[in-house]
Amino acid sequence: MDILNDLITVLNSTLRLSTPLLLACLAGLFSERAGIFDIGLEGKMLCAAFFSGAVAAITGSVWIGLAAGIASSLALSALHGIASITFRGNQLISGVAINFFAAGMTVLVAQSWFKQGGRTPSLTGNGRFNAVELPLAESLKDIPFLGHIYNGLISGHTILVYIALLVVPVTWWILYRTRFGLRLRAVGEAPEAVDTAGISVIHLRFAAVGICGVLCGIAGAYLATGLQAGFVKDMTAGRGYIALAALIFAKWRPWYALMSCLLFGFLQAIALRPDLIEAYLSFKVQVQLLDVLPYILTVIILAGFVGKATPPRAGGEPYVKEQ
Amino acid sequence: MSLMHKFLGAATAVSLSAVTAIAEPALIFDLGGKFDKSFNESAFNGATRWATENNSSFKEIELQSDAQREQALRRFAESGANPIVMAGFMFATALGEVAKDYPDTKFAIIDMVVDAPNVRSVVFNEHEGSYLVGMLAAQASKTGTVGFIGGMDIPLIRKFACGYVQGVKSVNPDAVVVQNMTGTTPAAWNDPVKGSELTKAQIAQGADVIYAAAGGTGVGVLQTAADEDILSIGVDSNQNYLHSGKVLTSMLKRVDNAVYDAMTQGADLETGFNIMGISNGGVGYALDEHNASLITTDMQASVDAASGQIASGALAVHDYMSDNSCPVE
Repeated sequence: MDILNDLITVLNSTLRLSTPLLLACLAGLFSERAGIFDIGLEGKMLCAAFFSGAVAAITGSVWIGLAAGIASSLALSALHGIASITFRGNQLISGVAINFFAAGMTVLVAQSWFKQGGRTPSLTGNGRFNAVELPLAESLKDIPFLGHIYNGLISGHTILVYIALLVVPVTWWILYRTRFGLRLRAVGEAPEAVDTAGISVIHLRFAAVGICGVLCGIAGAYLATGLQAGFVKDMTAGRGYIALAALIFAKWRPWYALMSCLLFGFLQAIALRPDLIEAYLSFKVQVQLLDVLPYILTVIILAGFVGKATPPRAGGEPYVKEQ
Repeated sequence: MSLMHKFLGAATAVSLSAVTAIAEPALIFDLGGKFDKSFNESAFNGATRWATENNSSFKEIELQSDAQREQALRRFAESGANPIVMAGFMFATALGEVAKDYPDTKFAIIDMVVDAPNVRSVVFNEHEGSYLVGMLAAQASKTGTVGFIGGMDIPLIRKFACGYVQGVKSVNPDAVVVQNMTGTTPAAWNDPVKGSELTKAQIAQGADVIYAAAGGTGVGVLQTAADEDILSIGVDSNQNYLHSGKVLTSMLKRVDNAVYDAMTQGADLETGFNIMGISNGGVGYALDEHNASLITTDMQASVDAASGQIASGALAVHDYMSDNSCPVE
């Protein structure tokens, strides 16, 4: 039972840490599948984290906060879209600019609104997402193993965790089972073909970037109002970049994205418990090694040692209509 | 024309003599801003206390960018401000440049050592304060397991950890101290999400009092500790109010005392090393209405006794940074 308890603790932590990665990763997936590289996931998450935390603190309602977070992330997405789709600018540079902009702007606005050193006030009660008890979790918990897992691991997360997990099949369905998804994928592979078919490349790409903005917004709101009770400067701490790595690791596919994010989340979670590694594996693992593993794995995948990661063919290329 | 010259000259002489007569001190805040609820605000409080007590005033500036450091220092030095106090180790390079150009002006830098004849370098004995909160943690703990969460893994934070562990072990030699560092990059100072997860991980290992010396990451630690109904310990400034009744105490770095001290000495500021320890009110633990119910009279008595011993030199707390090692863990 002890092993089960330890496992549940680590897996719980894995779920919590994977959720923002997963949302950001799927956000990047939509954008990149449509041929728009997005380095700015980090900046959009950070911006959403700030506005969700700030608005939730002002209004006292986490849902209004979530809406504000999504709106701010969408605004940055629109900026990225205008720069890289309409004006055919370099997508990487636009993304980097968004990251810098978000890092500076959030702290500046936070300081001028709340005067707490770039933080937002602590949220309480309805100002934050509280844990959701799934039905029957309490009554089933005495059933050995399954009930234990249901109560301890599956139940008791915030609603955004379940939403994130739900976004995975929805993404798969949209991409592979709808006309919109087919066109979206096509626009990232061969935009000229889509254009020939009489479908607007610009509209499709803006739609993809918009979806990316919504998902980044949820990811940021989850950090500030789900996991935490407020915004702290730079609180995304590089999660947008890990999500990008996870996206490459997942070879731009939704189910693989779930797997890679859970794996990266698990590596982060196990790094928190060096004592467990020592107890069960009876050797010491350097925490730093676990921290860099996601990046090492991504480099291995990129180098083509394990399978091959092929990015969407038209990725990074602004589409110029033939005259 | 010559009349004009004379007039101007007289005006200058008057204004110069006014400056030398008053010699207003100046305080420069670091980028966090004056009201950051922490370091800078503490410095501001110290200066305000000095100003009200002496019915005087001080010059101040809030920096907006790194590039302004040297500019602000020079401007204050030119205007005759003396002494010029700056909050934060980030000023070291700029001060190193400026100090030698104004040999008659006294400078005080907090949290950093700058080797110049007219500079006072104020450093804190964080290990002593950590020792005291460690004693409180061990006495408040029911499980015999307490936690420490550091920010970036640097010697300064290990100094906090080492002092804390010594304090814990002095009360309960069998106590277990679970220690985690958030990371090895500056991002570790602002990762409250990881702070939360570390807190949960330490709770799973039995910790019921957790000391966070981790900057913005500590916000996550204190929050999660309050959510999970265990006690936490804040750092640097008094963070007891953040979660009233859930924060056992805070390890205080009395930046306000350092500033107050420097301004009180005025233009005759004693330069060189200034170590702010327990003996001169530089570090301590916070006791206010938010944690009064958590600290029993016995606990307070034991900590105050240790505090007296450290101040008198009867009890020495090992400083990690003196030899980069800690005798206990």
